[in-house]
Order: sequence, then structure tokens, then C-alpha cells
Amino acid sequence: MEAAVFILSLVDCCALIFLSVYFIITLSDLECDYINARACCSKLNKWVIPEMVGQCLSTMLMLVSMHWFIFLLNLPVAAWDIYRYLKVPMGNMGVFDPTEIHNRGQLKSHMKEAMIKLGYHLLCFFIYLYSMILALIND
Amino acid sequence: MSAPGYTNLNSSVSYSQNSTPNGGAAPPYQNGPTQAYQSMNPPPGCYGAPPQQQSYPTTPAHSTPAPGKASITKSAHSANYYQSNHQPQQQQHHHIPQHHVAPSPYNVPSSQSYATHPSSGPPPSNAQYNQQQQQQQQPPYATPGSYYGQQLYYPPPGQHSSQQQQQQQQQPTLVTAPASGPGAPLYPIVSYPSAPGSSQYGTLSSTQSTSTPGVMPTQMGAPLHQYNTSRPASTTAVQPGYNAAPPSQLAPTVNGQGSTAHQHYDQSHQASLSYNSYGGVTHSSGSTETDRPPSGTPSTSVHSSPGHQQGVQYGYVANSGASSAPATTSGPAAAPSSSSSEDEDDDDEEEDEEAGGDTSSSSTGSASPVPNSYDSLEGGNFPDSMPSSNDMTNQAASYGSYGYSSMQPAYHQGPASHADSSPSHDPYGQSSYQQYSQPFPNLSQLSAALGGLSGVPELEVEALRPVNLLQERNLLPPRPLEAPEPNLSPELKKVNCSPQTFRCTLSSIPQTQALLNKARLPLGLLLHPFRDLQQLPVITSNTIVRCRSCRTYINPFVTFLDQRRWKCNLCYRVNDVPDEFMYNPVTRLYGEPHRRPEVQNATVEFIASSDYMLRPPQPAAYLFVLDVSHNAVEAGYLKYFCDSLMENLDRLPGDSRTRVGFLTFDNTIHFYNLQEGLSQPQMLVVSDIDDVFIPSHDSLMVNLKESKELVKDLLTSLPAMFSQSRETHSALGPALQAAFKLMSPTGGRVSVFQTQLPTLGAGALQSREDPNQRSSSKGVQHLGPATDFYKKLALDCSGQQIGVDLFLLSSQYADLASISCISKYSAGSIFYYPSFHYIHNPAQLEKFQKDLERYLTRKIGFEAVMRIRCTKGLSIHTFHGNFFVRSTDLLSLANVNPDSAFAVQMSIEDSLADSSLACFQAALLYTSSKGKRRIRVHTLCLPVVNQLSDVYAGADVQAVTCLLANMAIDRSITSSLSDARDALVNAVVDLVSAYKSNVSNLLQSGLVVPAAMRLFPVFILALLKQKALRTGTSTRLDERVFAMCEFKTQPLQQLMRMVHPDLYRLDNMSDQGALHLNDTVVPQPHLLHLSAERVSRDGAFLMDCGTVFYLWVGKCCNEMFIRDVLGYPNYASIPPNMSHIPELETTLSERVRALLDWLQDNRAFCSTIHVVKDDTSAKATFFQHMVEDRSESASSYHEFLQHVQQQMSK
Repeated sequence: MEAAVFILSLVDCCALIFLSVYFIITLSDLECDYINARACCSKLNKWVIPEMVGQCLSTMLMLVSMHWFIFLLNLPVAAWDIYRYLKVPMGNMGVFDPTEIHNRGQLKSHMKEAMIKLGYHLLCFFIYLYSMILALIND
Repeated sequence: MSAPGYTNLNSSVSYSQNSTPNGGAAPPYQNGPTQAYQSMNPPPGCYGAPPQQQSYPTTPAHSTPAPGKASITKSAHSANYYQSNHQPQQQQHHHIPQHHVAPSPYNVPSSQSYATHPSSGPPPSNAQYNQQQQQQQQPPYATPGSYYGQQLYYPPPGQHSSQQQQQQQQQPTLVTAPASGPGAPLYPIVSYPSAPGSSQYGTLSSTQSTSTPGVMPTQMGAPLHQYNTSRPASTTAVQPGYNAAPPSQLAPTVNGQGSTAHQHYDQSHQASLSYNSYGGVTHSSGSTETDRPPSGTPSTSVHSSPGHQQGVQYGYVANSGASSAPATTSGPAAAPSSSSSEDEDDDDEEEDEEAGGDTSSSSTGSASPVPNSYDSLEGGNFPDSMPSSNDMTNQAASYGSYGYSSMQPAYHQGPASHADSSPSHDPYGQSSYQQYSQPFPNLSQLSAALGGLSGVPELEVEALRPVNLLQERNLLPPRPLEAPEPNLSPELKKVNCSPQTFRCTLSSIPQTQALLNKARLPLGLLLHPFRDLQQLPVITSNTIVRCRSCRTYINPFVTFLDQRRWKCNLCYRVNDVPDEFMYNPVTRLYGEPHRRPEVQNATVEFIASSDYMLRPPQPAAYLFVLDVSHNAVEAGYLKYFCDSLMENLDRLPGDSRTRVGFLTFDNTIHFYNLQEGLSQPQMLVVSDIDDVFIPSHDSLMVNLKESKELVKDLLTSLPAMFSQSRETHSALGPALQAAFKLMSPTGGRVSVFQTQLPTLGAGALQSREDPNQRSSSKGVQHLGPATDFYKKLALDCSGQQIGVDLFLLSSQYADLASISCISKYSAGSIFYYPSFHYIHNPAQLEKFQKDLERYLTRKIGFEAVMRIRCTKGLSIHTFHGNFFVRSTDLLSLANVNPDSAFAVQMSIEDSLADSSLACFQAALLYTSSKGKRRIRVHTLCLPVVNQLSDVYAGADVQAVTCLLANMAIDRSITSSLSDARDALVNAVVDLVSAYKSNVSNLLQSGLVVPAAMRLFPVFILALLKQKALRTGTSTRLDERVFAMCEFKTQPLQQLMRMVHPDLYRLDNMSDQGALHLNDTVVPQPHLLHLSAERVSRDGAFLMDCGTVFYLWVGKCCNEMFIRDVLGYPNYASIPPNMSHIPELETTLSERVRALLDWLQDNRAFCSTIHVVKDDTSAKATFFQHMVEDRSESASSYHEFLQHVQQQMSK
């Protein structure tokens, strides 16, 4: 059972890692002028909700399986994702707004955020991997 | 400069056609030297060729004005080179005799032409010219000998210099005339000649003349001597020719640069021709460009006559063309022609906007000639340049000291590079500067330089003088503030971009971000890139020279390392100078890339080739979307709109392709079929607003010319058609969708007239305003949009090159915050008329009519993009204005209009320590209403400093205020209004404390700021009292939002007048210090502080608020003033809402009207005037602008200062 939870988390975590990389690549494309702001934002906004769902899923899995430490590790990130999504002003086209992304250093802060998330997901990945192996051995 | 010249120019226009041939000739120059003269010589024409080219081909054209201009320049080229070549033979033939005569004779035969040119409209001589021109084609001048010859030739000019100078003088005047000429009014922007060009032109021409001959004498006696010496050397072969040469020189000078002279002489006519052509050039640029430019901008075709027409501006086209053409003959040239289009490089992305540009045409061919010319140039230039180079060493020190000398080195930019580069190079670059200055008399230069040296430090000292705000009460200067002058060398200052177009908050850029943070001032640019210009050099060239790596356009601040290479001032890459750039169409000299107009003017306009197009240039297309619901009928705007459009139908910018369409809506959408051939307009109603479709695709947007009668029919019947409408709903969203679909194929301008909250279909909105919160001081909600519908649609529009302008005439809340998004992101403009009613609110009606007239007739640019580049190390951080930021430095502007401005905030990412200058370049690529692709380039150059005190000395308080206003608007939308207000107050607190702790070492108590920023607290206080940012005073949400939109788009001058109006006392004006313009005397009353204590009952005061003038008349006002200015016997008989100043014959009345006209002069929108009596209710509107006084909810200036002081001590 425990192994199944971690395998699921591992898969989820892989997806989130890929997503982070995708965010980074797309944002840096925008930075280098390879795509325009509109295309970039519509691409990224599509994945904001899946990312949030994926993060919440692994948080819930940990809560349900009562792995408190990993749960607490996941919680702030999930909370941040939800907060960011709810905070979007009514007139904006999503978390990434093409009319604002070039203003006030938003592009940089988005980039920084994606980088941090990538690091965090990698960390989680190894934790899940370790826990999974441990669980499998215990079985 | 002089107007007359202009007319002459027209005649010359015809020349421009000729020019094409010349252009051909020009290339030869470059390549040229190679071919044998002899062959050439035989036909006088050969020599003449250059000159001939100019005028000859055109001859037919000559009769008509226009084209010739280009040719002229070319001829000049040829002249220089050729002269040498030709001289020998030609002189023998004809020249000699003529030559002798030439100096004086010149005047006679050719001179006549000269003299006449200015005054006489068409050049009589044309026919003669034509003949000559034909010969030109031959000009395979290429032979190297020619080059040498040139050198030789020069010397002679020196000898003749005195005569030449005279001639030159004549020329300048002529030139000037063109500049001022008729062309300007018609198409100021377009016409190179007229506009900046004209002035420049004039200067250029003068420079040219001076530079070649005139200059020589003055500055460079030495060089001349050298020439003389050189002559002998060359003489060997040529001597006979030389003799002739001198005369030729004369001739050249006459032409502008004389080179043509030989030929000219021979054919006395030619000379005259060349002149004509010259004049023509200028003229043509003015006149032709507007209409004719057509021909040939594009690369190859240009070469031919068309090029010339355009060339008029500079003849460049011709040159380029010429080069290509000649290429065939000379061989090397060939490359250029082909070159026209390839973009070399890089990013395809750029294509979007700025794509193609640089073709580096093959320049290889001309090796031999180049060196020669180069040598000669260097020889000439060196002496002058050298001193400047010496300065280089001082640079480091210079920073600290304000001395200009240091600055000059800076110019070169990379000091390091200087050291590296061969000394010769440096001189070269400097020489260019000097040359630039040359046009002016040496004495004046000297004095200017001296003045600069001594004066600047004084200025800076004054700017840094600590001012204790609590003690000094008279802070305002007597005249409205000017932008601070950057501490640059006089040469750079002279060419720098006008502060009205391009302004930086800090006219001395701090070296590092740390220093900037220390100064606590924002760094940013305020741009007004498309403003109406009186003078603008327009350049037609098939190679637009740009940096290969950063794509910067060549500008006055680049460094020429040597004749063939230039160093980009933004990225420091070293680029090659393309062949055709070696020829200067203005001076008609080869090998002077540093004197090309691109390098002499910080604001230029290029005619772009097809590389800069993603599709054929669109026609002007205008769609009017009109609200015809019951509410709109009540407000009664429709009739006035129709009347105004009817009146201005012929003045809509556009050409024969102009398209118009109309669309009205209430709860349904009505289209109008205006297809040519219908007996009357046909209305098509679409009631399915959930899924809007276009009922007919080709007949709704119609050609204005073909369907003018139908359009007029429609405009006549439209107001009556809906007078009975009872429909109260408004389907704005679907109407905009329909407009989008209708315009998608072409792009263009959509003008939306809306009178209420949209209530139906997509984009329907609800009222969000709570009237009870209008005067709340707690914070204002709903400043942002309620839906993203309008934003999305605006981005769609922007993608299809559709700009949406919004006119909101509403008496109720209409949620401008949401609706305005449609204009904000499609680069439109927003107009708002609160409480508009055609009977009850005549003031708004008048404003509406005036705005509409300006709106309909102002210039417009379609499918535009603007890129802002800056020196490596600086980057753009935030953008303010109406546009869509497509990538990091690229603004997408579906439409661009002359009345909107932009602002950007910058940050310093890397230290700027390795350069002493920072440059900014804004390049606006657009399609004119005539269907031509154009690029307007502005370049601003500022010094980099490493001392905090220098940063403060260069602070531009107006620009800082405007940028802070923009930032505060952003803050109030993303965060809250109170945050924004706090941030503004903190800006003052930070500045004062930063200055106190870092710069001023006086242990003064109180508020001490540098003198340059002494008005900062007043301006910030005024900002806090504006509708956009005030709290506590009842303000409607829509008015507040509109004021915010204005802050984002108004140009600096206009915005500053709105924020801090100018107040003058009128009843005791004296003529002391008055301006004398033409025949009128414009008095210059002193500015007064905006405080009621400065206003007295026995006076009359004028307040200039930008869009409105208030003339406040006190109760005890001098009756003489009331009688003489207002035309009433006494105070009591003045009517309560008087809104004009009668034209009385009294001196005082004339003075007042002269002042009003003068103030009005540079404004796009006509301001209204209100006479306010002391006892009427209107008094409140006057006194609400007294920002230094206490109001019900805001503190007075003194209280504000005390508040700041308290904050500081915390």
C-alpha cells in the first residue's frame, strides 16, 4: 500500500518536474524574443491549473497516508499555487498576463519561481524514490 | 532656410528626376576611379556627367519642380571626383575659359541660375541641363586618377575660397529657403527638405559649402595649403586641367560642393542646373515627398528617377541607386544594387518590425578609390581632430570635473577603444564632429565652445545649490521650466534629440545601479516619438545602415574608427560602412560617411524598403462605430459627429485607397452598405449578437473616393434615422467583435463612440461604482477592469493591426476602467466627456468638436512597431502608455498618433563604467497614410557619471514627476490608491534624506534639496491633488480612471501643465523681455506660484491648464484692462460665462492675444478659454488649481513640507 502511494507520488512528481522545465523553457523563449508575449502566456496559463492539481494531489496523498513530514514539505507549495491562482485580478487573462509580463520585472520573478519549483520537485523526487524503495524493501 | 529657396526648390524638383542619372553617376565615384578618364573626357558630358546627371536627365522634368533634388547632390559627388578627372580634358575644352570667368562668371551664367534659384521658381536653365545630364551616364569615372584629381582640386578651391565662400553663402540662403518653404506645411514630416532637414539642410548645405571650400578657408588654412601642395603632385598629368580646376572649384562650391563645377563650367548651364537641382532637392523633398515619394524608395527601382524624387530628401536614394547603376560601368558598384534587400541576418523575428534593414551591400569593389579619398579626408581633417583626441586622455578626470573637454572624448565612447584604435582613427571621428560644426562660422563656434566651457560648470553649480525649502518661498523660475541640458560637448549637444521628443529623468546617467539606488530617483525615458515636427530629415536609401548585432540604426553618436568602419554606440560592435554610405548626397562628396544626414541628425526618418514589410503596406482604413441607443440620441452627439466628419472628409489622412465604413449599434448591430453604384446607403441589421457575423464582405468598407456621395448621404441622414429610438440597451461588445471582423483583412483605425454602460452580449458590464464612496479617503475600489473581454479583444485587434479609439460621452457611470482596455492595448486613444449633452453642456460640446476635428485630421501611422534600444548595461524594466509590449523591447502599436506619448522605466544591469556616454534609440516603423513604410529614428545621448552630486545636478524634475505619476497609477491599480499616494510622499522623503546624508555636508536643519529638484515637492503635492490620485474630494470613478489614462498617454509638457498650471498676471505686463516674432510682440509675464496669496483683486490672471485657459478677473481690476482686453466698460458688465477674447485694436488686447496664441502654438488640441469673474461659481474651478493652498481634504504646501520633515525624523 505504502509503496503504491509513493509510486503514484513519484509519477506525479515527474509530471511536475516536466512542467517546471516546460515553464522555464517557455519563459526563456520569451526572454530571448523567440515567441511573443501573447503566445507564451496562453501556453503557460493552460498549465497553471494542472500544476496546481498535481501539487495538491501529492499533498493530499501524503496527508492521507499520514506522512507528516512530507506533507508539511508539500503544503506551502500547494498553498502558494492556490493563492497565486486566486489572487489574479479580474481583468487579467490568467496568472501569466501578456500585457503585464514585461512590466515590473514580472518575467524575472516568474522565471525565478519556476526555477525554485524545479529544485523543489527534484528534491521531492528523490525523497519519494527513497521512500518508495524503503517501502518496497519493507514489504 | 529662407522661404524663397523653397519655391525654387520646387522647380528643382524636376531635377530630382535627373538625379537618378546622377545617382548612377555617384556609384561610379565609389567604384569609379578605375575607369579611364580619357574616354570620359572626350565628351564634355563625361565630366559633366556628374553634374549633368543631376540636371540633365531631369531636364524635361525641370519644367516641373520636383525630382531634381536628388540629382543635385549626386552631381556634387561627381563633381568632386570628376573634377579631377575631367578637369584635364574638359578644362581644355571648355573649362578653361569658363573657369577664369567662373568665380565671378559663375555668378553670371550659372550664377544667374543660382541667384534665380532661390527666388525664381523653376529653373529656366533646365533644358540646357538636360543635355548635360545625358552625358553623365558615361561617368565611369572610376579611374583612380579621378580621386587624386579630387585632392588636387580641393586645393584650388582653397585658393578661390573667398569667392567660393561668397558663393557658398548664397547657397545656404537658398537652401534655407527650401527648408522653410511650402513643403513644410503640407507634409512637414515627410519632407526632408522642409523639416528638420530644412534647417539641417540649410545648415548642411552651408556646411557643405563651408566644408568643402568655405570650411577649408576658415578652419583649415593648413589643409588648404596641403592641397596646394598636393596639387602640384597631381598636377603632373593634370595641370592643365588644374588651371581649369580652380574655376571648377568655384563651380563646385556654388553647387554646394563644387565638384561638379568643371562640367558645369563647360556647360555654364550645367552649373546652374546643378543648383537648381540642388534647390530642387530640398524643395522636392518637401513637396515631392509627400506626394511623389512613391517611386522608388525600394532598392533598385530607386536608382532610377524615382529614387531621386525621394532622393530629394537627400539624394541618397539616388546615390545608392547611382552606385548600383554605375556599378555596371565601374564594376564594383554592381553589388549595391543587388544588395538592396537581403537582411543579413539574424532574427527573423525582427522582420516583423524592423526586419530587413541592413543589406550590407557588397562594398568590396571600390578599394582603390576609397583609400584615396580617405587619405584626402584625413589630411583635411586631421588638424582639427587632433586636439580633440588629446582630450581623450583626460576623460577620467573629466567626469569629476564638468569640463566639456572631457566630454568630447567621451563621445568617442570607449576610451579604451580610442587608445587601441590608431590615432588616425580618432581624429577621424572627431573631424566629423568638427565638420559638423563647420557650417557655422568659426568664431561662433569658438564662442559657443567657450561659453560651454565656462557656462556649464556654472549651470551645474546652480543646479546643485542647496535650497532650503522651508526658507525659500519663490522657487519658480520666471519662465516655464526647460529640460536640463545634458553635460555634453557642444557638438553632441547640438545634434542631440530634442527634449520634447525624448527625455530622460536623469540627464546624467549614474554609472551603477547602486549609485542610482542611492540617489533615490527613478531612471526612465519619456518619449513622444510621433509628434508633429516642423522639420524632419527624410532619407531614402536602399541600404539603411544598422549595427549587425544589435540592429541599431546608425546615428550621430557612433564612432567612426576609420573611413570604412564604425563602432556601434549601443553594443560597441565594429561594423563596416557600406559603399553607398561613403557618398554624401548632401555635400556630394565621396568618402565622408560621417557627414551623412543620418550621422548629423538625432531624429531622422528613413523610407523603408520591402524588407521592412510583412505584407504590402495597408491602405488607410477608418471604421466608425456609433452608439445610437436612446441614451446616445438624448446626448445628441450624433449630429455633431456627422457634421464634423462631413466637413473633414477630405482632410482624412490617406490616399486614393482610403477606405471607410460605418457601423451603428444599440441592442442590434447595423451595417451600412455603401457600395459604389447604389442610389442610397443600405442598412443591414444583424440582431444575433451572440454570434456576430458580417453580412457582406466587400461592400461595408468602401473606397472613400468612389463612394464619397454615398458616405455624405449617410452622414446627412444618420442623425435623423435614430431620433425616435427607444432602445436603451447597448451591445458594445458584439459591436466591437463585428468591427474586429470587418477590419481584420486590412487593419486600420476603429473609432468607437459610446454613451453608456454596455449591457448586452459579450462584454456586458455591471455598475460597480458606489456613489457614497466617491469621496472616501479609505481607498478606491474598481480601478481595474472587471472582465478580460476587452483586453483579449484588444490583443486580437493589435494582432490584426487594428487600433481602437474610444470616445466616451456618458453622463452615468460607464465603467471606463473596463472599456478603456480596448484602447489601452491596441494603442488607441481615449476621450471622455463627462455629462456630455449638446444643449446643457456647451463647454463639453465645444471640446468634443475641437477634439474631433483634430482627431480626424491628425497624422496617423498604421501597423507600427517601436523598438527602444539602449546602451549595453541598461535595460527596460516597465512600460507605460497605450500599446502592447510584444517582447522585451518591442512595442506593438496598431496605430500611432502624434498626440500620445510613452514612458519606460529603466534599470542598470551592468556597470556603465567602460563608457562615458549612454545612448537610447527609439525606432518607430510605421505605414504612413499614403501607404509608405517609414522608420522614424530618435537617438538620445547622455553622459554617464559616477558622482551622486552629478546625478542630482542633471535631474529633470518634470520628467521625474511624470514618471512617478505613471508609476503611481500602476501602483494604485495593482495595489491600492493609498499605497500609491504613500509612495509619492515617500519619494520626496527619500530624496531629501538621500541628499542630506550623501551630498550636502551642511548641517542645516530643515528640508534641503538640490536646486535642480527644488520644485519636486510642489509637483508631488500637485500630483496628489489631481483627480487621478486625490482622496477625500468627491470624484467620480470614471473621471478618476480617465485622469489616470491621461497620465499614461499625455506628453510631458501637456501633463505638467495639467498637474501644475502656469499662472501669469496679465494686467501689468510690460514689453520688457518680450519675444518679437515676425511682427507681433509676445510679452513674457513671470510665472506665479499657484497660491491664492499671489492673486490679488486688482489684477487679472491667466492660468494655463493645458486644455483650458482661465482668465480670472478680480473685482477691483483695472477698468482699462477690462475695457481694452475684454471690451466691456467695467467689471459688472462682464457676462458670467464669457469664453473668448474679442479682437480689439488696443495694444493691450494685441499683447494678450499674442501671448495666448503663442502659448497655444505647439499644442495639438486647441485649448478653450474661460473668463472667470471673482464672484461666480466658476471661481471654484479656478481656485481648485491652486495646489499650494489648503483644500478641504488636502494639505497646503507648507503643511506638506512639515509632513515630509516629520517623516524624515522618524
